Amino acid sequence: MSKVFDQKDWTKPAAMAIPKGGVFPGKVEQGRYGPIFPKTPACYGFSIMAKVIPGREEVFYEYARNIEKTIAAQPDALAVLKLHYLRWVLFPIKGDNYFMYQGIFDTDFDKYTEDAVSLFAATGITTVFENLEGFPEDWATNAPAFIKFVREHQCPSFLEYGEYPFVSAEEIKKALRVKAALSDMLDQMQ
Amino acid sequence: MLELDDIQHILLTRAPALTGRYEFLSFRTAAAGRAWLGAILGKVHSAKTMGETLAQDKRWITVAFTCNGLRALGVDEASIATFPDEFRQGMAGRAEVLGDTGANAPEHWTDRTASPELHAITILFARDQQERDRCVAEHAGLVAECAGVEVLSTLDLEATPPFEYAHDHFGYRDRLSQPVIEGSGDEPTPGSGAPLKAGEFILGYPDESGPGPALPQPPILSRNGSYMAYRRLEEHVGRFRDFLRENSKSVEEQELLAAKLMGRWRSGAPLVLAPDKDDPALGADPNRNNDFNYKHQDPQGYAVPLGSHMRRMNPRDTAANMNRRRMIRRGATYGSHLPEGAADDGTERGIAAFIICASLIRQFEFAQNVWVNDRNFHELTNERDPICGTQDGTLEYKIPKRPIRRKITGLPAFTTMRGGAYFFLPGLKALRWLAALGEPGG
Repeated sequence: MSKVFDQKDWTKPAAMAIPKGGVFPGKVEQGRYGPIFPKTPACYGFSIMAKVIPGREEVFYEYARNIEKTIAAQPDALAVLKLHYLRWVLFPIKGDNYFMYQGIFDTDFDKYTEDAVSLFAATGITTVFENLEGFPEDWATNAPAFIKFVREHQCPSFLEYGEYPFVSAEEIKKALRVKAALSDMLDQMQ
Repeated sequence: MLELDDIQHILLTRAPALTGRYEFLSFRTAAAGRAWLGAILGKVHSAKTMGETLAQDKRWITVAFTCNGLRALGVDEASIATFPDEFRQGMAGRAEVLGDTGANAPEHWTDRTASPELHAITILFARDQQERDRCVAEHAGLVAECAGVEVLSTLDLEATPPFEYAHDHFGYRDRLSQPVIEGSGDEPTPGSGAPLKAGEFILGYPDESGPGPALPQPPILSRNGSYMAYRRLEEHVGRFRDFLRENSKSVEEQELLAAKLMGRWRSGAPLVLAPDKDDPALGADPNRNNDFNYKHQDPQGYAVPLGSHMRRMNPRDTAANMNRRRMIRRGATYGSHLPEGAADDGTERGIAAFIICASLIRQFEFAQNVWVNDRNFHELTNERDPICGTQDGTLEYKIPKRPIRRKITGLPAFTTMRGGAYFFLPGLKALRWLAALGEPGG
């Protein structure tokens, strides 16, 4: 990695080319469940792709409505995952349906893996994973099997870009709170 | 219902010991290891027998095995393969995950615990020196009788004065926050949370998320067992005291700085409840000294800095799924006491502790990897645990304070890893089963 990435200067937009395999040889950090994919100007992230079990597409749309309701009722339901964004995509290849689950977040891949597994159980996110080919049936009591599935279906990026590189969601929220407080202060001084 | 007559006592009860010794063993042959185990297992207390004879007993023995130790006793590879990966790799194999790098790396460990030849540990806790000496001599006799059992290293435990309460060489009161196992009959102290399902600590019981994971095979080996992470952590007392002096203008400030690193005054009084001035009576009172949280009582860390040891080791209500991350701690201090004001004499002294849990990767390794050594814990960006994190002099420590926080740069390492291992702590039936392996019908 060049020095610019070590400095983590949020004022300078940055791009990072990532070698095949998704990690930098010789700089691979070991996480509890395997090598950690590096933090890039677009923070940590994953792109999990898997084939949908034929005939199960409708479950995904139902699931989307459920997640919307879950988050509306409990906005901090996913707080532990330190997310910026999640995207769920369905796309066809040669007549088969595939699913892509992409997340951008502020912790490495496996830091909160067990938390994610239990969150999935609590929020119903699994209902969608259970419609993917090869997903372990005993995932709820077998976190290592769940993690293995996720790792095997992770497609690492070969290039990532950040307009405000390395900034965490918490830092962004803090800045917005400061802005709101400042604006309130100015109002009070009128 | 806990099978207290099968569970080794260390899981449930802390021995009222002032001294003790750990012996690290290697088995040259399976027969030698089994002979040794067969002879010693009758001296290992279950949780039940310990409770019954606590008043008159003077010594308490625990035995546990590394993965190589189970193998050396004759457990077959098909069975070994059902144990979790992290246990099979061993603590030295997990060094990078645990942050045991640089000066803390296994190649510097001095007690041969990083060796693949480490097979077993015996833990002796004794009421007094005389009883320890008696037990040590008796065990030396047993080892001598079992040709092929080798003692790789030993560590004598010493409580540090004053002896009225447990504390480490830095002077911090210890043993303040312990989880309670459901069904054990113990009552959690106020603020310690509800009792936790036994499966969080003992194999074969439901845990906080359900019926519990599949047991390593065969069940007679794993049931009522647990895992122990052993950490021998040298405490650099001279360096610690120098740091307090160099970064404070008065003795009072030194005490406050020590408290800010830990999250408690050295008396045990939590900063959340005593933010400005020590309160030794509070520190000594189990009904009050653990009764606080962070989210509402100290969200910014003005009392307990966000990166302090206590906040990292147990973030309480500021972390998710805390019930899945709790651990039982046992152990003691070793090495001589360094009197206040004395120059560091270069003698090794520290803490030799066991962290006991049902899943090393989910409980112990998570705490070590995510709480202790994550530079970005609570968005701190350039910190690790000031007491036991991997420190190389390049990190900092921030103490929130109005109007402007205090930032200490170039934090030195106050502790260094000197040894460590992952052990499986079998139940008593499993010990008998292991001792009988290889016998006809065994």
